Amino acid sequence: MPSKVIDSAALNGLFSDGMTIGIGGWGSRRKPMALVAALIRSGARNLRIVSFGGPDVGMLCATGQVKEVIHGFVTLDSIAVEPHFAAARQAGTIKTAELDESMLVSGLRAAGRRLPFEVTRSGLGSDVLTANPQIRTITSPYEDGDTLVAMPAVQLDLALIHLNRADHLGNGQCLGPDPFVDDLFARAAQCTILSAESVVSTRELVEGHHPATLLLNRTMVDHVFEAPGGAHFTTCLPDYPRNEELQREYAHSASSPALWEEFRARYIDNEHASTPGGQQ
Amino acid sequence: MSEVTIPQSTRAEIAVTACSDLFHGQGDILASPAGIIPTIGARLAALTHAPDLMLSDGESTIYAGVPALEHQGVPGGYLPYRELFELIAAGKRHVVMGGAQIDREGNHNFSAIGQHSKPHRQLLGARAAAANTINHRTSYWIPKHSRRSMVERVDFVTGVGRTRAENAGKRAARFHQVHQVVSNLGVFDFSGPGHTMSLVSIHPGVIVEEVIESTGFALNIPDAVQSTRLPNRQELHLIREVLDPLQRREQEVRS
Repeated sequence: MPSKVIDSAALNGLFSDGMTIGIGGWGSRRKPMALVAALIRSGARNLRIVSFGGPDVGMLCATGQVKEVIHGFVTLDSIAVEPHFAAARQAGTIKTAELDESMLVSGLRAAGRRLPFEVTRSGLGSDVLTANPQIRTITSPYEDGDTLVAMPAVQLDLALIHLNRADHLGNGQCLGPDPFVDDLFARAAQCTILSAESVVSTRELVEGHHPATLLLNRTMVDHVFEAPGGAHFTTCLPDYPRNEELQREYAHSASSPALWEEFRARYIDNEHASTPGGQQ
Repeated sequence: MSEVTIPQSTRAEIAVTACSDLFHGQGDILASPAGIIPTIGARLAALTHAPDLMLSDGESTIYAGVPALEHQGVPGGYLPYRELFELIAAGKRHVVMGGAQIDREGNHNFSAIGQHSKPHRQLLGARAAAANTINHRTSYWIPKHSRRSMVERVDFVTGVGRTRAENAGKRAARFHQVHQVVSNLGVFDFSGPGHTMSLVSIHPGVIVEEVIESTGFALNIPDAVQSTRLPNRQELHLIREVLDPLQRREQEVRS
């Protein structure tokens, strides 16, 4: 079977204007920052970003590449409100579809299952429904007649995911405490790009680790990109914790355009920069 | 146990026991407290009247036993992010949420302040407040009770109050249960006309006028105002010596 491992030139060719891109991880945890940096360098614009949002969303807001964010929250964990996202929201420069977190999970799951929607109670009575009139309620066809939310499928052109390890076939291994919903992102996407701290043989993946750690199987992954430190400055346990100092520097850069340009030039524009999403 | 000679309790400690009392009669559910005082309160409940409560680190680990505030705790189970939504849908949870705004009808907001399309101040986002309120028992913790946090109408409804839940469609409110609000001033529920907020008790040291003055809408005030109970000797020992020896509670609510 041919290898799915790609280099950075091939990676760059996978991004285009107007894409709907789902980004795995959660908040400032195990975000695919190397892939996000590549997306920034590609210059692709008018993006719709789907995320349990963290600095991935904030950076793409700061670069002006985002048209719309589909999210349940955007946070840096140790800094509660993502300052670059907040700045874009308060300036009114981005659209948002703000969903209850469990609705976003439902939408991704429906897309992966090739269903038009998933039924849930979540969202009933809240302004998540009034602010998103495209989301409809339905009546249970059974005796109960319950009113329920029909959460529409959230289909993705691309999914970007970072895991601890992968093989060249596209099997992906999560060794950290929480897989979040990265597998749902992978299944919801036309094309999934998996970056990993290291690319090893399939045999090495299961040496000393239960196969249950293999979160993604190769039917869910189209391309593999080796990116040591590829989630940095977010957590990638057990490989590394969050770099709180760099995160503070990133957050502080929201206070002026000059500071942001400096951060971007230092850590993102140069592919071989030390961080984020490069060698630590 | 005699309560005659108990030492003076701080406001924070009274709020902790009020949060503990939220969990009366509950067991084999996940207690999900947000904030320092509700966290101590839930753990106090588990150490006293509600020993079967399940506690977690708020991430992927369920605790075996009841750790102190500053301790990691011993793992006793696994609750990754996705499983939390299964647990919510099954109704096996009582969440105590913080919030920037709560209104007279029990609607809650921690999404954004101002017009939602271009807010004056972006906050966390919708999170799972809507899922929580429509699926299982929900309480609220307001450490700074003021006209900014207790408002006539929230700017964006994340957590759903009773009237909105009932009006959301047939049987939409079948699992809805907004229980109580604990603030630094008192305890409240939604037993007023049309499920509006009522004063249950004021914390010792607070006068009713202060509560009325600090609330941005007309509270229902009972004729005879109750006082929030004081922690007993055992509870004070657990709060001070076991759960929170570093007194982080006093930073969240100052006496």
